Amino acid sequence: MKHDLILRIGVRLMIPFMLLFALYVQLHGDYGPGGGFQAGVITAGAVIIYALIYGIEEAQRVVPRRLVEFLVPLGVLIYAGTGVVGLLYGQNFLDYSVLSADAPHGRERGILFVEAGVLVTVSSTMVALFYAFSERGR
Amino acid sequence: MIVTLAIVRQRNLFGVVVLAGVYSFLMASVLMVYDAVDVAMTEAAVGAGVSTVLLLAALHLTKAREYPQARPAAIPLLVALGVGAALIWATYDLPAFGLAETPINQHVVPYYIENARKDMLVGNLVAAILADYRGFDTLGEVTVVFTAGIGVLLLLKGRGPRSTSRGIPPGDGGTA
Repeated sequence: MKHDLILRIGVRLMIPFMLLFALYVQLHGDYGPGGGFQAGVITAGAVIIYALIYGIEEAQRVVPRRLVEFLVPLGVLIYAGTGVVGLLYGQNFLDYSVLSADAPHGRERGILFVEAGVLVTVSSTMVALFYAFSERGR
Repeated sequence: MIVTLAIVRQRNLFGVVVLAGVYSFLMASVLMVYDAVDVAMTEAAVGAGVSTVLLLAALHLTKAREYPQARPAAIPLLVALGVGAALIWATYDLPAFGLAETPINQHVVPYYIENARKDMLVGNLVAAILADYRGFDTLGEVTVVFTAGIGVLLLLKGRGPRSTSRGIPPGDGGTA
């Protein structure tokens, strides 16, 4: 598919909007539908469609495999680390109320961090799986 | 329903993958009708999008046609029909869909609806429950994604000395 002009240009136009939409789904997940899982999958989708059209080497130049495999556990650590912060302040595990001066804002912030962790793990896992499958096939 | 039957009857695995994507989109529409926008979004993105691509990538490693079965599988069919019938029978004990007096709508849900907005200033109740009230469950979910991903990565990369010593050529992806 590397030589198909329509696909190349179309994908090039689409990817910025996909990433922007993923960011919107991620950060607006507090108020509208969405959250880390959905945004993670959309982000991964953007990378995968780039790899499908432009070739896996080109995609790995943008998103290296080592980075992706580093991000897979990092997301879980962000999530669990947010919980541990609560422990350090003498609250329960995953009690976000300590993250800010007053409890509601702290919990709002905690949701933001936790969703970021979900985003990182989900998107990088999807991309890592895609890389693994396509590299194995060669 | 028709799509499911088509999936079962289809021998060409490429067709199966595409039909599974169609099925996911249909399920997403059904979930939209039930006002479960978050779940519908996940279904459309995960079920129809990424899993289709991953299945196609897996198909790339294997053969694209399923071997026809030598004899009709009578016992599995009976088991499947029996379990299905038992499940349908069990649904008659469930309360009517969306009834307000059921335990699921009486226990913690009123508390969530009452307090979510002033507890954490978050407009989306689903996000509030998933990330805060039920934060531990979601941590488990993320760990599941992580573990599954690691497992598949290890399987796909596991062409160490053990597989070559048994005479399987390293490029043989049939086991994946």
